[in-house]
Amino acid sequence: MKKLLTFLTKYRRESILAPAFKLSEALMDLLVPLVVAAIINQGIANGDTGVILRCFLILILLAVLGMGFSFTAQWFAARASVGMATDLRQALFEHIQRLTYSELDSLGTDTLITRMTSDLNQVQNGVNLALRLVLRSPFIVFGAMIMAFTIDLQCALIFAVAIPVLAVIVFGIMLACIPLYAKAQAGLDRLLGLTRENLTGVRVIRAFCGEQKEIDEFDRRNAALTKMNEFVGRLSALMNPLTYLLINVATIFLIRQGALRVHLGALQQGNVVALYNYMAQIIVELIKLASLVITLNKSLACANRIEKIFDVQPSLQYAEKTANGSMDAPAVAVDGVCFTYTGGGAEALQDISFTAGRGETIGVIGGTGCGKTTLVNLIPRFYDVNAGTVQVDGVDVRKYPEGALIQKIGIVPQKAVLFEGTIRENMQWGNPQATDDEIWKAIDFAQAREVVEGKQGGLDAVIEQGGRNLSGGQRQRLCIARALVKTPEILILDDSASALDFATDLRLRQAIRSLDGQMTVFIVSQRTASVRTADRILVLDNGHLAGVGTHDALLRECPVYQEIYYSQYPDERPETGKEAAK
Amino acid sequence: MNSGKKVQANSTETLKKVLAVIGRYRLLLFFSVVLAAVAAVMQLYVPILFGDAIDLVAGKDAVDFAGIGRILIWILALILAASGMTFIMNLINNRLTYRTVQDIRAKAIRRIQVLPLSYLDAHSTGDIVQRVIADTDQLADGLLLGFSQLFSGVVTILFTLGFMLSKSVEITLLVLVLTPVSFLVARFIATRSYTMFKKQTDTRGKQTALINEIIGNEKVVKAFGCEERVSGRFSKINEELRKYSQSAVFFSSLTNPSTRAVNNVIYAVVALSGAHRILSGALSVGGLTVLLSYANQYMKPFNDISSVITELQNALACAARVFELIEAVPEPRETDHVLTAGEGCVDIRDVSFSYDKSKQLIEHFSFTANAGTKTAIVGPTGCGKTTLINLLMRFYDVDRGEICVDSQNIAGITRHSLRRKYGMVLQETWLREGTVRENVAFGKPDATDEEIIQACKDAHSWSFIRRMPEGLDTVIRDDSLSQGQKQLLCITRIMLCHPPMLILDEATSSIDTRTELKIQDAFDTLMKGRTSFIVAHRLSTIHNADNILVMQNGRVIEQGNHDSLMAQNGFYTSLYNAQFAGLEAG
Repeated sequence: MKKLLTFLTKYRRESILAPAFKLSEALMDLLVPLVVAAIINQGIANGDTGVILRCFLILILLAVLGMGFSFTAQWFAARASVGMATDLRQALFEHIQRLTYSELDSLGTDTLITRMTSDLNQVQNGVNLALRLVLRSPFIVFGAMIMAFTIDLQCALIFAVAIPVLAVIVFGIMLACIPLYAKAQAGLDRLLGLTRENLTGVRVIRAFCGEQKEIDEFDRRNAALTKMNEFVGRLSALMNPLTYLLINVATIFLIRQGALRVHLGALQQGNVVALYNYMAQIIVELIKLASLVITLNKSLACANRIEKIFDVQPSLQYAEKTANGSMDAPAVAVDGVCFTYTGGGAEALQDISFTAGRGETIGVIGGTGCGKTTLVNLIPRFYDVNAGTVQVDGVDVRKYPEGALIQKIGIVPQKAVLFEGTIRENMQWGNPQATDDEIWKAIDFAQAREVVEGKQGGLDAVIEQGGRNLSGGQRQRLCIARALVKTPEILILDDSASALDFATDLRLRQAIRSLDGQMTVFIVSQRTASVRTADRILVLDNGHLAGVGTHDALLRECPVYQEIYYSQYPDERPETGKEAAK
Repeated sequence: MNSGKKVQANSTETLKKVLAVIGRYRLLLFFSVVLAAVAAVMQLYVPILFGDAIDLVAGKDAVDFAGIGRILIWILALILAASGMTFIMNLINNRLTYRTVQDIRAKAIRRIQVLPLSYLDAHSTGDIVQRVIADTDQLADGLLLGFSQLFSGVVTILFTLGFMLSKSVEITLLVLVLTPVSFLVARFIATRSYTMFKKQTDTRGKQTALINEIIGNEKVVKAFGCEERVSGRFSKINEELRKYSQSAVFFSSLTNPSTRAVNNVIYAVVALSGAHRILSGALSVGGLTVLLSYANQYMKPFNDISSVITELQNALACAARVFELIEAVPEPRETDHVLTAGEGCVDIRDVSFSYDKSKQLIEHFSFTANAGTKTAIVGPTGCGKTTLINLLMRFYDVDRGEICVDSQNIAGITRHSLRRKYGMVLQETWLREGTVRENVAFGKPDATDEEIIQACKDAHSWSFIRRMPEGLDTVIRDDSLSQGQKQLLCITRIMLCHPPMLILDEATSSIDTRTELKIQDAFDTLMKGRTSFIVAHRLSTIHNADNILVMQNGRVIEQGNHDSLMAQNGFYTSLYNAQFAGLEAG
């Protein structure tokens, strides 16, 4: 919370003025009963119509002033709360941009999106309400009490007793209810989950004839939720009647005491009316305050969640000075690398070593979850290794300053993602200075010319959000082109051809092979067809390097590679093996 | 106009249904409404008594203590009664709403179990969940409490007017005439702030889309080192939002102060005219106090009622959605005939079926699968493979023709007795949030541990279950298992039930080929001696099927075993070669 409050300091003026004007408005409200008392005591008692008219004009003036003060307060509150939320949103966005893959993994993008959107809006609301109302209600409550003291000490003592008792009841019930409401909400969430399970699993449930069992389970949870809700309900049902009772009992005492004082001549009739009016103001404000506390409590929870994101610091440290790689060194050298995901139990990679010479094509193959993507993610240093070293151009990746390493590497991620904007803008992601010629060259390499030419406007054609006006294969080819526009030293294709048909995949691989001998290419795939022409293939199995070599060598010597290959080409299996399989 | 009438009619219809649902709580609802009204009247009468008491406090040595005492006792009695009633009413309302919600949800879940899959497939899960959870809550809160609030609001207004009239006709009329001003002011502000709100909503929508796009693909952003550029883009839209939000928040927050100001003016007018009337002897000081406090409160029920009406409309819309679900037509009732035990011979005779009756899908389809044989169904996406499975399991009923199991038409036997004969493994591995044991024993809840462990061993899942932190009692969460492990659990689930027939619908297509090969072992054990239907798009997995049906556009275009189909050199051969094209290409 503290950290978020610093975002308000920029709006210090507004944050002070908003409540100040709000209090001025409240003051106008507090003056009203005094004016009414004057009407009764002086105007009516003395039959002075001049006083009555003057008092009336004062009441009108108070109403107009109150409105003016209130408008001003709302203006400053809107400026401060929206301004703060805007700055906070920008800061949070930029903070997220600084996070690395590990933090993104552990926080999850869904969480981050919720923090950026609904949580932040809730905070904005909270700040706005707080600026306007948090001071107003207590001010009126205590103001009314003070006013009562100025009228009559003995009568005011009733206020002094009633207010704390009321506060205890209102806040006591409220505070007791909050954790219970949370419990009821949890029960509702479970019921919601159960309903969802029943729908997503409807075929399985019916196939197993489990309908009645599901109904029983649902009924059990449903009844438990109702019980919980009724329990909280009984508690909160006390609030209204209790406060009503108390305030009126206090008023009874007030009238009784007031009558006594009037009888003694210490007080006038109009003053009793004024005291009565003050009592009425208190209860309204206390109830408002209580519901405000609930809203603020919610906002506070959101604020804390946002602050937790700010507390997450990027885990990678970058070197300050420029490191120059040597062009004589191998493009990528991986030595004894071990890696474990934060929070993940088992090692994702164990003792991996290999080198990739300049201009070589390296295939990476293995089953789902064997560590292929993890391995190639270590080259641009998306994660830091736990042991061993990764070198690019002969320099440890940890020695490169921020942004320098990424310049050398073009990546085509598994999920073909394009962003809203023209094709040209998308192509310039890695290289904002790329000319149209360069872009077209990359597009040709990626076999995407027909995609671009098929769109109205060519490079100026607009790609919709998430690239949904393109097919999966079209997106994938444009993603490959986007990586090539950077003219990277190292190109990583992370299972990038999976949505391409076989012929396009083939042409793409031929194009890559025809590139001038400088670009080092990593091809990650599950398909042996995609990697079999590579200069070297890394076979991964459960985080281990199960074999390195050419297709032919691996097919002779590496059992894991054989298994993968023959699972895809059962007809190729040597006769003995085929028989054994049957 | 016409549509308005129709909506009206629908609302009445819905309202009737709601009343039917709360039938057993009708008495409670009645008490709630009566208590609300009585309590409201009592609470309104209290200020009058206070006014009378104040009148007795005329001045020095002119205080009627006995009279005041009597009045105060009356007040005490009234407020005790009123608060007691409010408390009871609150309790009744709680019971009413929560029990109604419980009843409706219970009905909904029962209906979901018997709804035809055509309904469930046509509605998104989120939509139905929304109906069962959020809409039901809204219905109860809005409709039931709305009733009681609306009623007590009307009572309050009427009695306020009555009490005010009893004190002063002129001043009451004055208040009545001035009140609409505050409505006009509120309306004026609302229309002015609407455009601002719309702009804010649009901009916020754009910003959310951008957030989804960028943060959702943060890794790509980082891979291209574009962090600063996207921050710039975000900043532009963020500043735009600031502009609109500030106006929208400001304008909308003017409503309360404005109406309050109007109220204060009314208050002043009442004070002025009241004072004059006191001077002319037509009103007492206590009477003025009463009028002032009424003038203060008078607006509240109006505001309440207008918000209750919005709430009611909303609740009615929700109620209509809820009823649409719990009144959806269930699957037709079935006869009590039970499928008698047999070997599991499936005979499909001249079956036609389509989801969308204007488009043909499966036409005149006939096929016989003998007991213990293995039938594979292949073909391009949308050719009707999965549809066939839906028909076999009776998730959908055939339009024409019949499907017989052991010479009994499945349309004439209970669905349960049919489905118990099948074991089914789908591409989507559905596991519930619960322990491994609960999931494995899903089809046989009374299975012993020995049986479960044996099934796990048969399905090759025991090796990883054994290594889980709490073995069979480990709670499965969304991402705690790999895709392959989940599928193995689904297979184990079937293994425990020993069904005579099997359906595997793309059961391995989300698994990599090498893992599939390992699972294949489990499948082979499972299929041994059972009539099996296998839908697959990876042709490598169906080599040894007894019969392969090649489907296209709902028809079987080729039929035979692998070797005979390859020999035909037709569609199957081309499908097969397409999958292995990479081989020659290298």
